[in-house]
Amino acid sequence: MSSTSLAQLSNVFVYSSMLVYTGSFITFAVSLASTQAREDVNVDLTEKVAVAASGSGEPAKPSRRVTGVPVERKPDALPPGRRAGNIAMALMWLATILLAAGVIARGISAGRAPWGNMYEFSTASALAISAVFLGVSVKKDVRWLGVFISGAVLLTLGLAVTVLYTDSEQLVPALRSYWLAIHVTAAIISGGAFTFGAFVTMLYLVRDRAEEKAGEGQPVKGWLASRVPSADRLDALAYRTFAFVFPLWTFAIIAGAIWADYAWGRYWGWDPKETWAFITWVIFAGYLHARATAGWRGRRAAVIALIGFASFIVNYFVINLVTSGLHSYAGVS
Amino acid sequence: MGQTTQSAVDGADAGLSTQPERPAAPQQGIGFSGWLRWAWRQLTSMRVALLLLFLLALGSVPGSVLPQRGTDAVRVQEYIKDHHFWGTLFDKVGLFDVFGSPWFAAIYLLLMVSLAGCIIPRLLAHLKALRSAPPIAPSRLTRLPESAAWTTSTADVPDPDALLRAAGDELRSRRWRVVVTGMDGSGREAGTVAAEKGMLRETGNILFHLALLALLLGVAAGGLFGWKGKVIVVEGQGFANTITQYDSFSAGRLVDPGNLPPFTLNLNSFEATYEREGKQQGAPRSFSAGVSAQTNPQQAAVTTTIGVNTPLDIDGSKVYLVGHGYAPVITVTDKNGHVQYSGATVFLPTDGNFSSNGVVKMPDADPQLGIQAMFLPTAIIDPEKGPISVFPATDDPALFMSAWQGNLGLDNGVPQNVYVLDTTQMKRLGTKSLKPGQTWTIPGNGSTLKFDGIKQFATFQVSHDPGRIPALIAGLLTIFGLILSLLVPRRRMWLRVGPADGDSRDIEIGGLSRTEEQGLERVVGEFADQIRGLAPPISDDKAQSNA
Ligand code: HEM
Repeated sequence: MSSTSLAQLSNVFVYSSMLVYTGSFITFAVSLASTQAREDVNVDLTEKVAVAASGSGEPAKPSRRVTGVPVERKPDALPPGRRAGNIAMALMWLATILLAAGVIARGISAGRAPWGNMYEFSTASALAISAVFLGVSVKKDVRWLGVFISGAVLLTLGLAVTVLYTDSEQLVPALRSYWLAIHVTAAIISGGAFTFGAFVTMLYLVRDRAEEKAGEGQPVKGWLASRVPSADRLDALAYRTFAFVFPLWTFAIIAGAIWADYAWGRYWGWDPKETWAFITWVIFAGYLHARATAGWRGRRAAVIALIGFASFIVNYFVINLVTSGLHSYAGVS
Repeated sequence: MGQTTQSAVDGADAGLSTQPERPAAPQQGIGFSGWLRWAWRQLTSMRVALLLLFLLALGSVPGSVLPQRGTDAVRVQEYIKDHHFWGTLFDKVGLFDVFGSPWFAAIYLLLMVSLAGCIIPRLLAHLKALRSAPPIAPSRLTRLPESAAWTTSTADVPDPDALLRAAGDELRSRRWRVVVTGMDGSGREAGTVAAEKGMLRETGNILFHLALLALLLGVAAGGLFGWKGKVIVVEGQGFANTITQYDSFSAGRLVDPGNLPPFTLNLNSFEATYEREGKQQGAPRSFSAGVSAQTNPQQAAVTTTIGVNTPLDIDGSKVYLVGHGYAPVITVTDKNGHVQYSGATVFLPTDGNFSSNGVVKMPDADPQLGIQAMFLPTAIIDPEKGPISVFPATDDPALFMSAWQGNLGLDNGVPQNVYVLDTTQMKRLGTKSLKPGQTWTIPGNGSTLKFDGIKQFATFQVSHDPGRIPALIAGLLTIFGLILSLLVPRRRMWLRVGPADGDSRDIEIGGLSRTEEQGLERVVGEFADQIRGLAPPISDDKAQSNA
């Protein structure tokens, strides 16, 4: 198949994936809406949690855990919203396979790793976000997050096909390096995980506030807050996501430095893109520190993580489109 | 809250606390050394480390938003001109050179001191912890986050010490650190197994922070002992690695610029290809510079190529290809037949299609002669913009020139830019465009100018950075340290076998996770199942499980 028709095929895959993601988005929304607010009760498990405090040596904050009170229903019926959730998950898998096919076809058509310009970078990022979500969903029930993830993926793809679209082309020589491929792959996967973690963190903030308002032993109120897991579980999930992504992000930066050393004769030059990668890194180092600092765990740490995510987004959009560093894909001279 | 449990767990944490105590403000009358100690405790606290990290992030922002001297001095000047008040103010506080400014250095140096002051005591504590036994069991294991307890019969467990040893061996085989305390002789005290796993986590954390320090030292070494020069070389010519041959050169404080490694490099040929079709027409596709390099005059020359992502390693330095362009070859002969100028002249590209500007000065001609020229590799005459190049390769090259006669202004001692002709004391004689091979007789002067042909030039950056490899190794170690530090779970587990109570004994198992991971439940559950196999519960209704 010729490279142009492969590129067209890639576009067909990307557009059909958007269609299926839309279906998934709607079904996730239906599923979330029809989930009965869990009749959860804040239970004080101070006794247990006190000793579970992570290795900080300080007294743990009394933590709230939540146990579901089962609602009576016919033994063979699925819980409300569950069927929609299952359909949405299936659509999500299908859409992601289509998108992966689109990304791969694009790569074959250009004869290189398919992330050489903003369009390709965005489609690959959308793929990474979905893949992280689906990866987690294999081990955990994260259907409650589906509407946010599929929404973010749709937004990214929408921007990609409208604003950022570029024909499949070869790269300027400076961008032709396998270190670049490694660097960008790590950055894209990090981006997917950062996005996942950021949504979990936002939901954590919503839920935590609602739990606090409800008080110990009371059902949690709030449309969204009552449909997501407990604040402790959200916090733990967010932390584990960021703990996974931080070493990967560090690696992405170092691989980028190795590439820069080959391409430009210096491994670090405070180019705007490098500067923001560094800022993002420092903020997430701050996040990890905050979680080990008395008085900073919980909401404050969550806010730091969101600031870190914001700086990642700034780096991705603003720096690529606005400034004129070496990274804005200019040629050598 | 179980007071005993809490203190037992605290005890288990002794010497491993990740939390430096919050320093209290010093009492009055503690004197200078007291204040010093207080300041040190502040500086090495997590809170201050956090603050410094934020300052570091915040301080970097202007470095990406405002133009920086190091990368774009011209735009800095423009910025100051356009925003006079703010520009001058920003300049005063170093915002146009953020990453070289004293306040930025102050932030990261404080952070490094804080880091050293924080991590060295931790390292010592960790070394001690590695050599000490796992902490003794808390008094009531059932209060731990994961636990199991049941009663077994003395008939099933006639020798509790054997059970303890078997449990200890089992955990050891799964690479726990284990201490078994047998029943004492009287048989009235309980026997315990204390086990701990995941010391690598703290090892990783310390490794990460130390590697970070090493990384900074590597960067600093590069700054002090490294040097870097840029040089333009025309096809067929070469350069020797001495400071005078560079067009620009910068070196760290501890470099002796008179003593650079004596290699030489010749540019034999240069090749560039460009996209011919589509939207990206004219975009570069490949560059390669064919060179021969000689480490020193005694050595044979090596022929090789330098590409954009493939620098040349020579004698501890690296040679990068960072730019290229055209160097038209012209010969000027005066009316008496004397050659006034002959050779390739470097023209600086002004756009992506290599419209290039250059100047030829002939100070020995009488009167002095100067040529201002524009070289267009693929020339067209645009109705609005005039002569312009539409493609970077030499598909249809042309040289557009104006000739000037008079005083070049070279004698007043002020160094001149070789790419600019000072025409204030000169008179224009005429203009002309030539194709390669064509000749122009300059009107009013009688000299002839021949456009002989076109050569290309390459811009090389030569750099020597002794901190590169150490920084790279340190960088890789930070990742390794992080992976251990963030992913290795840190757990403790205890087994207690109680003294015989009639014909039964109590068995308790408890586990504690010191990190935010799940999976403790499974680990404790599996261990409990194994022990249940060795010491079965007497009956189901008596057994209570908390796991
Ligand atoms: C250059 C600045 C620093 C950076 C980029 C940095 C980064 C990090 C990162 C990413 C972690 C997470 C690893 C983990 O959770 O085990 C961490 C942990 C830690 N850092 Fe730093 N750090 C820096 C400076 C410091 C300083 C100055 C201190 C001392 C005050 C410090 C003390 C700690 C401690 C105690 C932990 C472990 C926290 C825990 O037990 O969970 N760090 N650091």
